[in-house]
Amino acid sequence: MRFIFKTSYAQDIKLAKHGGHVFWYSALALLLVAAPWLFAEYWLAQMTFILIYAIVGLGLMLLAGFTGQFSLGHAAFLGVGAYTQAVMTNAGVPFPLALVCAAGLSAAVGVVVGLPALRVKGIYLGMATLAFGFIVEEVLARWESVTGGNAGIHIKAPDLFGWKVDSGEGFYYLCLFIAVLATLGILNLLRSSTGRAFVAIRDSEISAQSMGINLARYKTLSFALSAALAGVGGALYAHKLQFISPDQFNIIQSIDLLLMVVIGGLGSVHGAFLGAIFLITMPQVISLTKDYLPAAVGQAPGLQAVVYGVVLVAFVLFEPMGLYGRWLKVRAWIQLFPFYRQGMFKRQKSFQKSDRLK
Amino acid sequence: MQFLQLVISGIAIGCIYGLIALGFVLIYKATETVSFAQGDLMMLGAFGGLAAMTLLGFPFWASVLAAIAAMAIFGVLLERIVIRPILGQPAFSIVMLTIGIAYVARGLITMIPNIGTDTHTLPVPYKDQIWKLGALVLNVEQMVVIAATAVLCAGLFAMFKYSKLGMAMQASSQNQLAAYYMGIPVKTLNGLVWGLAAAVAAIAGLLLAPITFVHANMGFIGLKAFPAAVVGGFTSLPGAIVGGLIIGIVESLAGFYLPNGFKDTAPYVVVLIMLMVKPNGLFGEKLRKKV
Repeated sequence: MRFIFKTSYAQDIKLAKHGGHVFWYSALALLLVAAPWLFAEYWLAQMTFILIYAIVGLGLMLLAGFTGQFSLGHAAFLGVGAYTQAVMTNAGVPFPLALVCAAGLSAAVGVVVGLPALRVKGIYLGMATLAFGFIVEEVLARWESVTGGNAGIHIKAPDLFGWKVDSGEGFYYLCLFIAVLATLGILNLLRSSTGRAFVAIRDSEISAQSMGINLARYKTLSFALSAALAGVGGALYAHKLQFISPDQFNIIQSIDLLLMVVIGGLGSVHGAFLGAIFLITMPQVISLTKDYLPAAVGQAPGLQAVVYGVVLVAFVLFEPMGLYGRWLKVRAWIQLFPFYRQGMFKRQKSFQKSDRLK
Repeated sequence: MQFLQLVISGIAIGCIYGLIALGFVLIYKATETVSFAQGDLMMLGAFGGLAAMTLLGFPFWASVLAAIAAMAIFGVLLERIVIRPILGQPAFSIVMLTIGIAYVARGLITMIPNIGTDTHTLPVPYKDQIWKLGALVLNVEQMVVIAATAVLCAGLFAMFKYSKLGMAMQASSQNQLAAYYMGIPVKTLNGLVWGLAAAVAAIAGLLLAPITFVHANMGFIGLKAFPAAVVGGFTSLPGAIVGGLIIGIVESLAGFYLPNGFKDTAPYVVVLIMLMVKPNGLFGEKLRKKV
């Protein structure tokens, strides 16, 4: 068991809390930098997808996990980012500029969606974002002069001021760089007063408001930041797949993104990454185990949906803090060995609180 | 005349939306949770009817009743096994839970060899019949939908108004704790509400089946019932039906008079406008959270 004796505020808000953090995160960074030499090209591509989804997940985590606003239409922001990037790259705009535009446009759209969030909450907000997601998907499919309609649109390799990133390794490093930047940005945001305001809104809007937090401003800001990150993720997603069509940004994608943050662990930055790892490796694991199952089960097309559903139900029932929550328990068990007690992480039972009355 | 024709087909599909929305509202009122599995319960109901008719060879009425009863029991079990353990947790975890249930239901149906991936027609006795009423051509399938919805609404209304069970459900939906103190078995009632919602979903599925065919993805129509529930106000039973009718008619008219693509988005445009103008819906309770 490690006890940190804090002697200053600077120590309290330091990102790496102790030597263990420094060591393990450095090791992780080394592994990620060395990955192109260690893993085959296929696995590198999967890691790139994990990084892309983690960027989107960070955005959704900020919104759902830290501000408590749920979006059922997050794929729409992904789509806006992806299409902005595709159209601008094909018009010859350099990659960084196009990326900033993709993030900016997504953020602007996010502000528009955030506006109903000022009046409605809970399930109504979910409905508003859901409706918005459908409308964006339809716009992408119908605005054929720009988006190419349902036939989709091809996108050229990213162009970093003359340096064409067309190899898998180059693009991996690009994604890694942006993912690290996004993570540090989110971590920094969360220890600033803005981040604290987000968490306060999540825990209780009424008390946040009484502490002088401008609900409208922070909710809109949260939507904008979340949408911007989704836009960046969408732009990278478009480059990775090199081909996008509106049906990649439908309600299923939105639900997958939510599933990612819930399984990863709501309210933790680690959760976004763990969720992304889950979302990308799960289909691989399923296809690997398929051969060992009886043909009637293994070859059935619905297997993946069943596994996803069962995992989701199991997590909500037994581990509401997600993969990260499970890791915290494992870590406590190791640190306290052999003194771990059964009830250490017991969930507090609460009576149902009504949104309607009171 | 064409307008009237469009309105009638809009009403028919609106009744389906209304019935699914009714399930949302029943569950929301009783347990404050939003069930995303409602559309898939409808799909299960339709498949249940199909199985009873084709595999077991039941006559039409028997298989309809069997499917509804089976779904009601399924709903009660669902509440008992997965919903009740997490009551009191944040509303969002229950939303994710029902999304998980929907995934499992859809996946399991798809996994049934040879049946799950195909589309089927439900062999109903009134298939492909047409009534001519002057210049109006009425599709019997649509008329059956409208009539059945009307009967069901009357039944539910009577139940909530006059029966002891309905009164108890109303009481527990208004204030669970007070209802519990009055000796109402709130937990059992929650189970029954889920059963009732599943039964209503099954009826919607059986009514929809002759119009759209039975297939594993028919549950996605449930996503259009959300706008119906929101327009009606998430807490009002008649509101759900009215909301469903509005969404159905708007969709039907938009599909004819507006350019391509508006048919599918019209319900969502309506719901966004509704949320901006009147967030509590047409019949919603106007309540504010006070400190």
